[in-house]
Amino acid sequence: MGTELDKEYYKKERKADWRDKLRKEIKSKERTKGVRVQMPEADPTIRNKSNIEVNKGLTLEMAMSESSRCLDCAVPTCITGCPVGTNIPKFVKYIEKGDILGAAKVLKENNSLPAICGRVCPQEIQCEAECIYVKKLSKEGSAIGYLERFAADYERESGNSSIPELAKFNGIKMAVIGSGPAGLTVAGELAKFGYDVTVFEALHDLGGVLKYGIPEFRLPKDIVDFEINTIKQMNVKFITNFIVGKTATIDDLKEEGYKAFFIASGAGLPNFMNIPGENFNGIQSANEFLTRVNLMKGADANFDTPVHTGKNVVIVGGGNTAMDSVRTAKRMGAERAIIVYRRSQEEMPARTEEIKHAIEEGIEFMNLTSPIEYFTDANGMVNKMRAQKMQLGEPDASGRRRPEVIEGSEHDIDVDSVVIAVGVSPNPIIQQSMPELETTKWNTIEVDDNMMTSVPGLFAGGDIVRGGATVILAMGDGRNAAKGMHNYIEKTILSEV
Amino acid sequence: MFKIIKKEFLSKNVARIIIEAPYIAKSRKAGNFIILRIDKNGERIPLTIADANIEKGTITVIAQKVGVTSHKLCDMNVGDTILDVVGPLGTATHIANVGTVLCAGGGVGVAPLFPIVQAMKFAGNRVITVIAARTKDLVILEDEMREYSDELIIMTDDGSLGEKGLVTLGMEKVIQREKVNEAVVIGPAVMMKFAALATKKYNIPTVASLNTIMVDGTGMCGACRVSVGGKTEFVCVNGPEFDAHQVNFDEMLSRLNAYKEKEATGYNDYLKSLEPILN
Repeated sequence: MGTELDKEYYKKERKADWRDKLRKEIKSKERTKGVRVQMPEADPTIRNKSNIEVNKGLTLEMAMSESSRCLDCAVPTCITGCPVGTNIPKFVKYIEKGDILGAAKVLKENNSLPAICGRVCPQEIQCEAECIYVKKLSKEGSAIGYLERFAADYERESGNSSIPELAKFNGIKMAVIGSGPAGLTVAGELAKFGYDVTVFEALHDLGGVLKYGIPEFRLPKDIVDFEINTIKQMNVKFITNFIVGKTATIDDLKEEGYKAFFIASGAGLPNFMNIPGENFNGIQSANEFLTRVNLMKGADANFDTPVHTGKNVVIVGGGNTAMDSVRTAKRMGAERAIIVYRRSQEEMPARTEEIKHAIEEGIEFMNLTSPIEYFTDANGMVNKMRAQKMQLGEPDASGRRRPEVIEGSEHDIDVDSVVIAVGVSPNPIIQQSMPELETTKWNTIEVDDNMMTSVPGLFAGGDIVRGGATVILAMGDGRNAAKGMHNYIEKTILSEV
Repeated sequence: MFKIIKKEFLSKNVARIIIEAPYIAKSRKAGNFIILRIDKNGERIPLTIADANIEKGTITVIAQKVGVTSHKLCDMNVGDTILDVVGPLGTATHIANVGTVLCAGGGVGVAPLFPIVQAMKFAGNRVITVIAARTKDLVILEDEMREYSDELIIMTDDGSLGEKGLVTLGMEKVIQREKVNEAVVIGPAVMMKFAALATKKYNIPTVASLNTIMVDGTGMCGACRVSVGGKTEFVCVNGPEFDAHQVNFDEMLSRLNAYKEKEATGYNDYLKSLEPILN
């Protein structure tokens, strides 16, 4: 992203005849008169009782009209906002031209999972925040995320899905640990370089957080499977039920001929608040609640996995995971599905769109509130949360105003079930099996600029390096790591041949 | 897919199942467990690895029919396949030559105790094993335990085999008779609670292996959390073995019942679904 080489490439691409012609067809001044497209959404009173996808996607007409708002700037600042460096104006202009399959191909140059990114990326703080409309014209940014989703969906539904071009197969074995967004990206990129790639997944299903974490109504699972299938068609092998560090160690896999490794084991260790009563029944981590519902299909009577819910469900936290949990609880029939968050809505880390959708769906928000203790009924099931009111003081290290307790504000909330969504820590399994691996005080794995760890040939990225972050940052790490791994192999193995 | 190589009932509701799982067979150590899912609609349940054979690439689990999944598993046959098996999970038992080790197992907890008895013996310890069950027919692994123990004491509630009484009675007899350097207790939570109280009286370092509810088994969900010394621990990644004198067994007992009603309903429905076949 943003290297001199890339900038030259973007310039050259922009000078292509068809782009020149397209730019001249409509004057920039005319283009800026357009109004940003609205995403069609399912009716909130219907969708909050089902798993249908909330955002319905743009029509071809909507997409082409929105794409004509893009000014195809000489300096495309939007690209600097994309962690994987997608050539945004190029794909947008393909849509304006009406060549949607062409647009999809451009997306796949840098991104193996465009239908996923078009849905779950926080574009409003990335590419769209860097759009000239936002930066210079005080208007709403080009709807890059909606257009990305449109192109990827159009390609998938057309049945003419393209497989990225692969370099000649070199037979060098590469191991990817974890099949979440970081792992899938590395796998796709390494396959493009010609490597023999195997992805090891601990769970029984592929996709990591895309499967166990993000709910169906925000990211349909058949779309995740479709994108994974594209990577399979790039000759990447997948092995489920395999925990590297347990089923076999990195050293065991070296003996099997693997030359370099990418660790993307994720931030799979939920945080709790360590307050009295937190281990009572009916109180679970967001990871547990979402895994039981999304991966294990616990809300479906045909599946054996049970899951706690109830009339009054409280979710503690204000991030995307909290929104996913509270909206899932509502869909499972909660009469009151409530967010309890210690700061105000302004400080919530969740995407604006998720908060908006949650409000539309009848989610209650108890902001500036923090739980301090839980109580149970005679059967040991949680039935009451004691909380206190907060007020915002001076900004803390995160730049957000620090929540402070309002003395004497304790009050009780009736609950049938509680979900704790206050963040995650890195999964400890690989670190436990490799004491030589350098970690930070937060137990994340240390990496250099090439995403290589303290152990040569061992790379890492995504939440295992960042703590809890986003799908697209994990994918950005994946792209960088794949380059780093390719350089490493060129230096250590290919140079000896 | 993981193939069942051999199956036999050790008692009416307890089956020993040998499963083809070469990687796990090679990597497993005493104290490790697996998580399995029988079919695509199934739940994930943890089971301790009772034994393994590296040459044959197999692992042994022992399951008791207590719910839908364990019942289905016990009713599977040689040649059938289990959809998902993952492991070995958990940290392995700390095995050292400490002198005399008292190993106490209750009910189906005797199964996870077996690899520890074996490993403790191989490490050069004097191993005294106490296994307990309600009645003679429910005593499992008697011969296997005898082979690796310097002494085997069997306790039954009704006195139909060995001595009459609870596991703690057998344990205390040994403790009063000779110096015990370390104890390992595995069984139902309530049995471990009282076994831990028994060794605490004599200040014997004691380890308990906890069989909590789990989903992923890799630290991701926290369903397995227990309080140990006042601190919340995840059994799947920091256990399953903990200092038995520090474990809050009452909390663990309560947490084991987290899904009691739903599980009971599900199990009754499942048993009903079997009825037409039985008739």
